[in-house]
Amino acid sequence: MVIVKLENVGLRYGVGPEVLRDVSLTLEEGAFHFLTGPSGAGKSSLLKLMYLAHRPTRGLISLFGSDIATTERDTLPALRRQVGVVFQEFRLLDHMSTFDNVALPMRVANVHEKDIRKHVTELLTWVGLKDHMSARPSTLSGGQQQRVALARAVITRPRLLLADEPTGNVDDKLAVRLLHLLEELNKLGTTIVMATHNEGLVRQFGHPRICIEDGRVEQMGPLRPAARRSNVRMEGKVT
Amino acid sequence: MSFLSFNHHKDVPLDKDPGTRFLPWLIAFMVYLAALSVVATAIMQSVSARWERGVSDTLTVQVPPGDSVKQDQTQIAGVLKILRAHPAVVLAEPIARSHVVSLLEPWLGNSRALDNMPLPHLIDVSLRSGMDVDGQQLVDAMNKVAPGATMDDHRVWLDRLIRMSQTLEWGAYIVLSLIGFASIGTVFFVTKTGLAIHQDVIEVLHLIGAQDTYIARQFAEHALNLGLRGGLLGLAAAGPTFAGFGYLYRQIDSALLPDIDIGLWQWVAVMGLPIVAAAMGYLTARVAVLRTLHKMV
Repeated sequence: MVIVKLENVGLRYGVGPEVLRDVSLTLEEGAFHFLTGPSGAGKSSLLKLMYLAHRPTRGLISLFGSDIATTERDTLPALRRQVGVVFQEFRLLDHMSTFDNVALPMRVANVHEKDIRKHVTELLTWVGLKDHMSARPSTLSGGQQQRVALARAVITRPRLLLADEPTGNVDDKLAVRLLHLLEELNKLGTTIVMATHNEGLVRQFGHPRICIEDGRVEQMGPLRPAARRSNVRMEGKVT
Repeated sequence: MSFLSFNHHKDVPLDKDPGTRFLPWLIAFMVYLAALSVVATAIMQSVSARWERGVSDTLTVQVPPGDSVKQDQTQIAGVLKILRAHPAVVLAEPIARSHVVSLLEPWLGNSRALDNMPLPHLIDVSLRSGMDVDGQQLVDAMNKVAPGATMDDHRVWLDRLIRMSQTLEWGAYIVLSLIGFASIGTVFFVTKTGLAIHQDVIEVLHLIGAQDTYIARQFAEHALNLGLRGGLLGLAAAGPTFAGFGYLYRQIDSALLPDIDIGLWQWVAVMGLPIVAAAMGYLTARVAVLRTLHKMV
């Protein structure tokens, strides 16, 4: 099944120049793509279109088979709940604890509080933040915040995960570990697009790439045959 | 601290907003003024009803003085006979000259000067409640036995008083409406400010799939809380004001100010003002948030 389809999509902010031009791409269910390209090339803009933060200036976007242009506005939240997003700047809510930040997508989806407690605790344990469940995000390090943001994005086990530089603030060891978490999710059927500048990870994990340069997009194969799996051991499991 | 506790998580930290501090006081002031307006309206209704009831079933017949006492007596007897024969008349009694003189004293001086003055004879007439009297026909009949006899149904000054009372009543309604509009406007702009302050939180909620109603409910419940808190505060302040006005009113010794009778429903309306303020806050905040969120993708 096609999870995301973009046809001749263009995007401009206000009256500025087009930041995305004639973008056409298709993501099948279960795909894992790295989104690469230089800074300012339009990676975040492309992800924003996919998580429905913006409407394209032109072209068609289809998400889970629904044409966004013709989808009723009241139906969009249900589509968004199937998309997990790791924002580039985390966008954690500072007035909430780590636990409540991760629980937020489940609360929005009206999940029972007992289930929320179980799943959030499990996931925070897996990402190594069990001891920081009551901490405010502002008291956490950049890497810890990154993991909270990732946990929030995957807590509802979304069909599509869009991650904007999720390994940008963590060391290589943790970056590999987070990639393993994403791969676990991917094996469970989640389609993943991960924007990154980390060429090492792209080479190591060998997933196909969406390359973006000057607003134009090209779907490409892996950077190199996968030199898969580091020696980082997986602990626990994704909920 | 929330006044009402809802079984929902508060994702938007509205409790720390500047509006949270001043809105209850503003609502309290509005409810205080609204309570005064409702009671003023009730008083006006009560006063005009009492004035109307007090004089609508009475008439005063005036028989001009004749050339002699005998002629006067004949004319009065004739008029009384006509009046008492009328089916609408319950009672028709002449008013004693001494009483008429005492009524004129404030304007014309002491009674000695009035002793020789030809004064009209007055007859006080009580009517059956709700029965119409053809005034002209009655006057025509009385003029046959007492030429120049006139009848006063007090309508002219009563109408003026009632018109004045109704004008004040409408004034109170207008004040009440203005208070309502001002309150709605205040809650609307406080909510819009809250939306601007918490734009980041709202965007995150929106992007992780929160329905507009999920976000709007948080603002609406917050406004309901503040509205109720402010409403009760305003009502508490209005209580001593009513007691003070009531005390002053009772000190005024005047026939023009009858006893005030405020009905149960009017008191219910006053007591219900905090609930009205809370409901108005809830709806206004909800509409403000939904309108704003509708502009998002």
